[in-house]
Amino acid sequence: MAHTLNLTLRIWRQSDRDARGEFRTYDVRGISTHMSFLEMLDVLNEQLIQQGEEPVAFDHDCREGICGQCGMMINGQAHGPDRETTTCQLHMRRFENGQTITIEPWRARAFPVIRDLVVDRSAFDRIIQAGGYISVRTGQAPEANTLPVPYEDAEKALDAAACIGCGACVAQCKNASAMLFTAAKVSHLALLPQGQPERRRRVVNMVARMDSEQFGNCTNTYECEAACPAGISVGTISRMNREYLKARLAGVEPNL
Amino acid sequence: MAVVAASPLAAKVPAGPIAEKWDLHKNSLKLVSPTNRRKFDVIVVGTGLAGASAAASLAELGYNVKAFCIQDSARRAHSIAAQGGINAAKNYRNDNDSVWRLFYDTVKGGDFRSREANVYRLAQLSANIIDQCVAQGVPFAREYGGMLANRTFGGVLVERTFYARGQTGQQLLLGAYSALMRQVTTGKVEMYPRREMLDLVVVDGVARGIVCRNLITGAFETHAAHAIVLCTGGYGNAFYLSTNAKACNVTAAWRCYRRGAFFANPCYTQIHPTCIPVSGSYQSKLTLMSESLRNDGRVWVPKDANDNRPPNEIPDDQRDYYLERRYPTYGNMVPRDVASRAAKERCDAGYGVGESGMAVYLDFRDAIARDGLEVIKAKYGNLFHMYEKITAENPYQVPMRIYPAVHYTMGGLWVDYNLESTVPGLFVLGEANFSDHGANRLGASALMQGLADGYFVVPYTLGDFLARTVFPKVTINHPSFKETLVEARNRVERIVAAGGTRTADDIHRQLGQILWDKCGMARNASGLSEAIGEIQSLREEFWENVKVLGTGEALNQNLEHAGRVADFLEFGELMCRDALNREESCGGHFREEHQTPEGEALRDDENYCYVAAWEHRGADEEAALHTEPLSFEYVPLTQRSYK
Ligand SMILES: Cc1cc2nc3c(=O)[nH]c(=O)nc-3n(C[C@H](O)[C@H](O)[C@H](O)COP(=O)(O)OP(=O)(O)OC[C@H]3O[C@@H](n4cnc5c(N)ncnc54)[C@H](O)[C@@H]3O)c2cc1C
Ligand code: FES
Repeated sequence: MAHTLNLTLRIWRQSDRDARGEFRTYDVRGISTHMSFLEMLDVLNEQLIQQGEEPVAFDHDCREGICGQCGMMINGQAHGPDRETTTCQLHMRRFENGQTITIEPWRARAFPVIRDLVVDRSAFDRIIQAGGYISVRTGQAPEANTLPVPYEDAEKALDAAACIGCGACVAQCKNASAMLFTAAKVSHLALLPQGQPERRRRVVNMVARMDSEQFGNCTNTYECEAACPAGISVGTISRMNREYLKARLAGVEPNL
Repeated sequence: MAVVAASPLAAKVPAGPIAEKWDLHKNSLKLVSPTNRRKFDVIVVGTGLAGASAAASLAELGYNVKAFCIQDSARRAHSIAAQGGINAAKNYRNDNDSVWRLFYDTVKGGDFRSREANVYRLAQLSANIIDQCVAQGVPFAREYGGMLANRTFGGVLVERTFYARGQTGQQLLLGAYSALMRQVTTGKVEMYPRREMLDLVVVDGVARGIVCRNLITGAFETHAAHAIVLCTGGYGNAFYLSTNAKACNVTAAWRCYRRGAFFANPCYTQIHPTCIPVSGSYQSKLTLMSESLRNDGRVWVPKDANDNRPPNEIPDDQRDYYLERRYPTYGNMVPRDVASRAAKERCDAGYGVGESGMAVYLDFRDAIARDGLEVIKAKYGNLFHMYEKITAENPYQVPMRIYPAVHYTMGGLWVDYNLESTVPGLFVLGEANFSDHGANRLGASALMQGLADGYFVVPYTLGDFLARTVFPKVTINHPSFKETLVEARNRVERIVAAGGTRTADDIHRQLGQILWDKCGMARNASGLSEAIGEIQSLREEFWENVKVLGTGEALNQNLEHAGRVADFLEFGELMCRDALNREESCGGHFREEHQTPEGEALRDDENYCYVAAWEHRGADEEAALHTEPLSFEYVPLTQRSYK
């Protein structure tokens, strides 16, 4: 059964990229425990508009945990307290009546704040542009069952391909490293026979791009894995490190 | 009465036997030489499956592509949310599937309101799509021998659906997105994320550019090109509550309509039978539970309307497995429109379950007993997990509660066989066009259609258009660009200036309620007429009384939403007019006046075997109806039966 909560929200407000932000405090009352976290923010925003204050900007789209568009720090945790759960899938039944909730944008040098809780994650696209693909033109593909893919490999590739690109890994990492994101794509493609021809070049170029995008280094604290809503494992990072080393030993240089 | 225009539309379906039409047509299309391709600029709006595949393929050919999307990355288009799968006539199961059968099922599933030639081409191309996606590294489900796995979907008797757990759309989109990103690297695609197309620029009757708003700075931009490819998805969010992502909208398509592109069959909306029911007035969207669940889940309600026992305490003989009872051949696997109406019928008759009484059970008890928990977990684990997150109930132990929700829109901008709209140079792909699904789409066929359009149709037909057309030099300094820009900016400024008391969200919810009640799963003439009046007054109220804070010169999500609501308020009326005009029931369009004694949809092939394409004739005029007659040479017109 649903019951209701009264909450205090401390929310980061920042009018644009260059503005100095600050926390502002708001009260919301009568929040149903059946609501999602974003629905709770919708309620707040409707209330703010009626009071003449501009609503809180936050990114979201699918509200099903798959598009990777939503994401905020909730009491210091990327996407909040639930494991393998995006902000849009988090429900208010996880909170207590009278609780104070602190809500901030992803904090990372590579993800500048655009407004309130909205950040610029275009660095992720640039990492993919550096090699996160298989170079096959439309029309070149052979019959799909020509190359069998062992069941286990396909499953492992899908485990890595499940990354939704939300950026929680970066936000949760104290170094703001993008290793988990990059490693997920490198692993996905390295595990499939179709990904073999570009395997070495791909990892070297993607890592070089990642390094040039102001992300920090990985110091193996595994915070990224704990924060990842798609359950991407840090095993992908060890795989990427091995792939990278092998490629560099083979003499492959980045070529961006 | 609708104003009926005289001339039927020219669909440009090529002559010849259906199995050869596409090949013959391709042979007749003109080509652009590789060195000339770099002289052509193409704008692709939308980067879902249709847009990303089109943009990447056109860039590979050598055209200069500019691609636009609303989200912060091309990878986040609504296509990402597709769960269940994608059809292809590979016959990998040796169950006697074929291009013919996929064609036949799709025409029949669409309740004989699609264009046969398009559907046949779609079925032909389906196999190439799977090849392409596998080559891109899409990790489809596999069998232990390493071969691709398949499952079955509603409305068919073969297993032809390819899938990647419950993330098929995500994996296909990441494939298309990666091809697109590769072209960004080669310099052939310029990406414009966080841009919203607000208008189409037409110069001398030809589509030559777009006006869009940079959603971060609020700045208006114009872009010119030799052709525009519109891939902006469906309009299900007109209903406010739907399974669509929040940014899905009709704006781009509607603005093209206002500039001369005809809008076809706007009343065809698919209401999906298996969604998580509404839980409260704050509800912001509805979540689909993939149709694949009906492979193993059994749908039922108690036989006694007053039976309030927990579902597991209701013995089998006191349960009404109403789909199995009414449709013994297809059982729980009937097409979506049939399953949705049957759920509504039971709930309206008082047999619904749950707090609101607006739900039915989808029960996995028997499947778990038969196959074991692990098998069911492997197939549907992530869907069950999602269900539990939202409802806090464990579907391994208690049946899911589900209810139909708006999901997909078969209507869209009218296109000919080349996917070109009535505005030359404006091509429309994916859910945004109307052509392939008739009055009801079968599961796992939208992904197929978007990718067929983008990878394999438009690269050829657009080339033909570019090769055939003489282009006067047009830049963004042309007066039409300036005029269109001013009009788009004025609309946005008017919204900011309204300074009223109701939020856009509040008005949108009201519109959604009107449409759901009167133009939803069941429609009738008086309800539709009322709806038109209510929408007109709501639209007036919007322009006088909407309250949007902040300015247009910054990121302003509330303003973005308000602009989309303004267009839904115009579009909603056309939807009702189309539903009112169509005096028959077909697929997802159910007119209560037209049903069989058993309550099934009753078509009127004599009078309505046509595509209704609406032409805009000015702000204060009623839209004019054009028709494209449909003929069924290969799949004879019959009353659909899934019994
Ligand atoms: C929950 C769910 C599950 C589904 N599951 C399946 C399934 O299993 N199988 C299946 O076949 N189908 C499924 N469908 C249907 C299918 O996903 C969609 O029909 C299909 O993905 C639409 O693709 P599209 O490329 O046409 O448009 P979309 O993916 O909707 O993309 C639209 C694009 O246009 C952009 N855009 C929109 N408006 C503008 C504008 N004004 N300016 C600039 N850009 C704009 C958006 O940013 C986006 O990039 C499902 C649908 C839903 C809702
Ligand atoms: S809104 Fe799509 S993942 Fe949260």
